[in-house]
Amino acid sequence: MAYSRKVIKKFEDTLKNPAAHSVGRLDASSKNVGTGMVGAPACGDVMRLQIEVSEAGLITDCKFKTYGCGSAIASSQQMIEMLKGKTLEEAKKIKDKDIAKVLELPPIKIHCSVLAEDSIKKAIEDYESKKTPA
Amino acid sequence: MNKTDKAIYFDYASTTPVDPRVANKMMEYLTSDGHFGNAASRSHIFGWKAEEGIEKARHQVASLINADSREIVWTSGATESDNLAIKGAARFYKAKGNHIITSKIEHKAVLDPCRQLEREGFEVTYLDPDENGIVSLESIKNAVKDTTILISIMHINNELGSVNDIKSIGEYARSRGIIFHVDAAQSTGKLKIDVKEMNVDLMSLTAGKTYGPKGVGALYVSRKPRVRLEALIHGGGHERGFRSGTLPTHQIVGMGEAYKLAAEEMDQDNERIAKLAKYFWNELSEIEEIFLNGSHENKVPNITNISFAYIEGESLIMALKDVAVSSGSACTSASLEPSYVLRALGRPDELAHSSIRFSFGRFTTEEEVKIVAKIAKKAVQQLRELSPLWDMYKDGVDLEKVEWAPH
Repeated sequence: MAYSRKVIKKFEDTLKNPAAHSVGRLDASSKNVGTGMVGAPACGDVMRLQIEVSEAGLITDCKFKTYGCGSAIASSQQMIEMLKGKTLEEAKKIKDKDIAKVLELPPIKIHCSVLAEDSIKKAIEDYESKKTPA
Repeated sequence: MNKTDKAIYFDYASTTPVDPRVANKMMEYLTSDGHFGNAASRSHIFGWKAEEGIEKARHQVASLINADSREIVWTSGATESDNLAIKGAARFYKAKGNHIITSKIEHKAVLDPCRQLEREGFEVTYLDPDENGIVSLESIKNAVKDTTILISIMHINNELGSVNDIKSIGEYARSRGIIFHVDAAQSTGKLKIDVKEMNVDLMSLTAGKTYGPKGVGALYVSRKPRVRLEALIHGGGHERGFRSGTLPTHQIVGMGEAYKLAAEEMDQDNERIAKLAKYFWNELSEIEEIFLNGSHENKVPNITNISFAYIEGESLIMALKDVAVSSGSACTSASLEPSYVLRALGRPDELAHSSIRFSFGRFTTEEEVKIVAKIAKKAVQQLRELSPLWDMYKDGVDLEKVEWAPH
């Protein structure tokens, strides 16, 4: 698979220094944390995104872990960069196409960026469901 | 040269480099100061010299598998040999019956011609191998019908290195009067081959996996008993009508030389490679949750196929960036399907996605094996740190019970 330099760099940077690239976990039980896990092992990719949101609706931290090919890991990393410092409303507007475009993903790898968008949606959903009084 | 400065080649099962001794031999048959003639030119010395080189090579190739020179038909490689054997035999003997038996883990060069024959009205049984990639004689016996005309089973599987018991299958096929074809693309120079003792009727051979050039191969066609084929390529009647076309002298001479070297050096190559493979597996065994695809007892040492659970094969290939290997992961294939071979063994898809094939060869060094073992251990640890599945496994979550959101 011929990847763009951007994919390769994101992948390698993440691998070499995971802590500095938001690899990790947040406390899923916390009320301020939303978790979104998408994909399936049988399909070859699983992405888990966690966001920490302030009372004002600002994303203050995010962490991820991804099982998948190089472009899935690079897409996760790109997603993290796009999420940092955003409000929830802004985050909702991040589209798979934006991620694919930045990384110059080949057409066969577009599903990796779709997975990233889905994980953002799921994480926000999870966070908002915690905020809604039962 | 410092080996760490360049990529390490661990993909010999895909293709081998040409042995320099072979390349030198080939050079003698290309330019005007060499034997560049057309072997079919019977009227002058240029043609005679080319023919001499080709006949010597024919003998060298025949010798490696204990065949007669007259039983060797030159082709463009194992894919063409498989096509000629399967389509050629089926179409020639269709009056006798229309049933063919093969296995699910054959190379595509066998499976695709079988699919084509199905479209032409033949019936094909695709046998399941056992969990280690071996096709049992019992399963073949159970599948045979009165209409069975051809059995096609590979000698060594290209992804796993698993070895089929060709001799037993051959003995049975011969007793039933069924033509037996063997794809031996992976086995020349790896295992002793004796087509007489094994009762093989048709055998596909290639040069490009045995230190010869790509683009040339051969089909062994038994004379006793006589096996007949319908040709695929017509025009000139070369190779006794089995395969027309001007013979590529330099390629053929290269294949002959490569097979001669294989005969002479097989034992020492294999002994050395077996030691390296043992060391490699011992080193990698330190990693938790890895699985050998195939069995140590019944595989050739030059191929080691491993599933590294909870990480995806393509990302592992990227992490092993200076090491050339191949993967059964869907992400490395154009179809996005994981390896059909691993699936046929009953491996779950996730383990097929996380498989890597390391294959060693004549020029693999101890130093390279040490370097790759070290890099692989580190890469697996790094990727698992990134893997949510590894987290879940470590937390004791049963991944089978998780409700996934497949896409």
